[in-house]
Amino acid sequence: MNFKKTIFSALATLFLVSPVLAELVFPSLSYRTGPYGPNGIPFADGYEDYFTLLNERDGGLGGEPIRVVKCETAYNTEKGVECYESTKGEGSLVYQPLSTGITYQLIPKSAADSIPILSSGYGRTSGRNGKVFKWVFNFPGTYWDAASIATKHAMDMSGGSLEGKKIALVYHNSAYGKEPIRTLEALSEKHKFELSLLPVDHPGQEQKSQWLQIRRERPDYIFMWGWGVMNSVAIQEAANIRFPMENFIGVWWSGSENDVLPAGDAAHGYKSLAMHAPGDNFPVYDDMRKFVIDKGLGAGDGSNVGTVLYSRGMYAAIMATEAAKTAQKIHGVSKITPTMMRDGLENLEMSEEKMAAIGIAGFSPTFKATCENHGGQGSAAIQQWDAKKGTWSFITEYMNSDASVIEPLILADSAQYAAENNIKERCN
Amino acid sequence: MLYREVGEFKTSYAQDSQTFPIRFDRYRYYFVIIVGLLFIPFVINDYWANAVFLPFLIYAIAALGLNILTGYCGQVSLGTGGFMAVGAYASYKLMTAFPDLNIFFVIILSGFVTALVGTLFGLPSLRIKGFYLAVATLAAQFFLIWLFNKVGWFYNYSATGMITSPSRSVGSFFITGSESTPAAKYLFCFLFVFLLAWVARNLTRGKIGRSWMAIRDMDIAAEIIGVNPLIAKLSAFAISSFYVGVAGALFFSVYLGAVEPTEAFSIQKSFIVLFMVIIGGLGSIFGSFAGAAFMVLMPVALKNLLVLQFGWSVDIAAHFEFIIIGGLIIFFLIVEPHGLAQLWNLLKQKLRIWPFPY
Repeated sequence: MNFKKTIFSALATLFLVSPVLAELVFPSLSYRTGPYGPNGIPFADGYEDYFTLLNERDGGLGGEPIRVVKCETAYNTEKGVECYESTKGEGSLVYQPLSTGITYQLIPKSAADSIPILSSGYGRTSGRNGKVFKWVFNFPGTYWDAASIATKHAMDMSGGSLEGKKIALVYHNSAYGKEPIRTLEALSEKHKFELSLLPVDHPGQEQKSQWLQIRRERPDYIFMWGWGVMNSVAIQEAANIRFPMENFIGVWWSGSENDVLPAGDAAHGYKSLAMHAPGDNFPVYDDMRKFVIDKGLGAGDGSNVGTVLYSRGMYAAIMATEAAKTAQKIHGVSKITPTMMRDGLENLEMSEEKMAAIGIAGFSPTFKATCENHGGQGSAAIQQWDAKKGTWSFITEYMNSDASVIEPLILADSAQYAAENNIKERCN
Repeated sequence: MLYREVGEFKTSYAQDSQTFPIRFDRYRYYFVIIVGLLFIPFVINDYWANAVFLPFLIYAIAALGLNILTGYCGQVSLGTGGFMAVGAYASYKLMTAFPDLNIFFVIILSGFVTALVGTLFGLPSLRIKGFYLAVATLAAQFFLIWLFNKVGWFYNYSATGMITSPSRSVGSFFITGSESTPAAKYLFCFLFVFLLAWVARNLTRGKIGRSWMAIRDMDIAAEIIGVNPLIAKLSAFAISSFYVGVAGALFFSVYLGAVEPTEAFSIQKSFIVLFMVIIGGLGSIFGSFAGAAFMVLMPVALKNLLVLQFGWSVDIAAHFEFIIIGGLIIFFLIVEPHGLAQLWNLLKQKLRIWPFPY
């Protein structure tokens, strides 16, 4: 009978997850495999390395060691759900799935489980409305901010008016890529430009017909909402039809080294939005190299350190840990719960002094979250790729989005969600 | 010794033609039902429901559906993902258009909608066979997904084209939405699996099932002995699509809660369900369950074994999962080309004559 027991317990452990407590748990729902792996790897490296840095340099957060629970989602929503369920029991403080699809899935689940979601620059845009989405945060900016800022930049380039111009949106045919459409439609009415929509199906290697159409329609500007291999293919295709690169603007997820390097010199001049500065000229990188990478503690092979997506992952971890610090301060305890973490996120302020103290002075826009506003001020800059030097550099200051267009859209979308799910507005 | 018919005397036709004629088999079946109905709901938690039982039960329904079409009637279909999407979108439209309609009927009605669509796409099967039919159903897959992406009416013009299932309950138990409990969701799906498997088993034993199998084995001969290919093939498409539609509706409303067509119902889904049917065993009810269990539970079990027991890093484990599962599929198909169901049958044959094999 003993043998049978062992088999049963072995089988049970196969499916069960044993909870370990007494640390601050940050789950990392990463994807290092699958078609989006090349973009998921640098992000996950940056995300995980920053927690290692805090553990190595400061001994964790407020004296509590940090534990990162990793789970591989492969950018797949079903695996994402499995990862969420298997990690939430470990005391996970905040989820950052780096996938709009998985975020949509987790929004109702996390509200029921009282665990906050931080989807920085992705996820459900109307999650910005804290009155309805108590557990969702998406600072420092949303897709709709991005669409508005890209349009603003295009307007600046064409001398202040877009009237009669044509803008094409090349987008990943998923919830992620469709997000900006509503805003762009509203903007096209306001600024009287013509908008054409060109969906690209997952994973995005096949774009010949879309670019043929672009060649025929000759838009003045192209915006791109792409991810993974779709970005580099699109930039290559744009180069093939000799589209002027400075009129080709990607969202912040279409602006990493991975996206422009495959096209070589042809990518010179390509622009993208940025929610933080490129490059590794920040003191935090010195610490990162000293305490993590040089000691061989890095999550990856170290080849991604300093790239745009690595910085993005690090920035995601910085916002999460700063929110945790805020929560520790508010509640006066170092061992915070997910509910306290939510309070920390809602009261998070990223000021110049705070960023300088972390070693990222001037790295990202300042913002302050409030009960109503979970999305920050919605500012982003434009960066441009220099293929000769192989670097991204800012060509504008941080710009704010057109709130007069976005606010009503956010209110309408969140009101619809509130009505469908019987949610009462908070913060009144 | 355990499994044998010796000493079991059938004294009526009903006894003689029951689904599980051997007592041991019958008790095993009762045991599974009782455990599933009276034990699991009390111990189930979110993880077991959302990572193990719900996907298993829902994929089992889809596999049952495809098995009716491919395994019993011999019509190869690559449109399963598209038909699941029809079920999902039908349930979404029904749920949002008729908020007071009970979720149980929503799921059933979604099945009927899918059956209609399936019959429509089954029409080419009257003229084309085999690989050519597979291509025709592939067209259904791509057309349906394109449709749900393109036409805003299907997703109520939501900003992202994503559909999210509103909260619905049976009595006071929430089945969908954030307030639903794992036990309620599990029991709801279990009920559907039980009913549909029971119906499928009895359909395949009856006249209609026999006409499907006649068509599968040799359609010309079947026609000569009086099987109407129009009725047999289209009924297989309709019933199969009904099952697949119910699976799609449950997949969206109960299991995931929010889906987008391209990712959730891609061609990948069609392949996975087809693999379930092939690995489990074509033309076998048990095979549908075995195949679903293999394709759904194996990756989860492997992941937990490699990551939690052996402490491998998650990406290495994810890559090894592919290798191991691929290897196992090849292994099982070499050892037994007729699937896991045939392995199970062989085991039963061996048990019947054990310990004195001839």
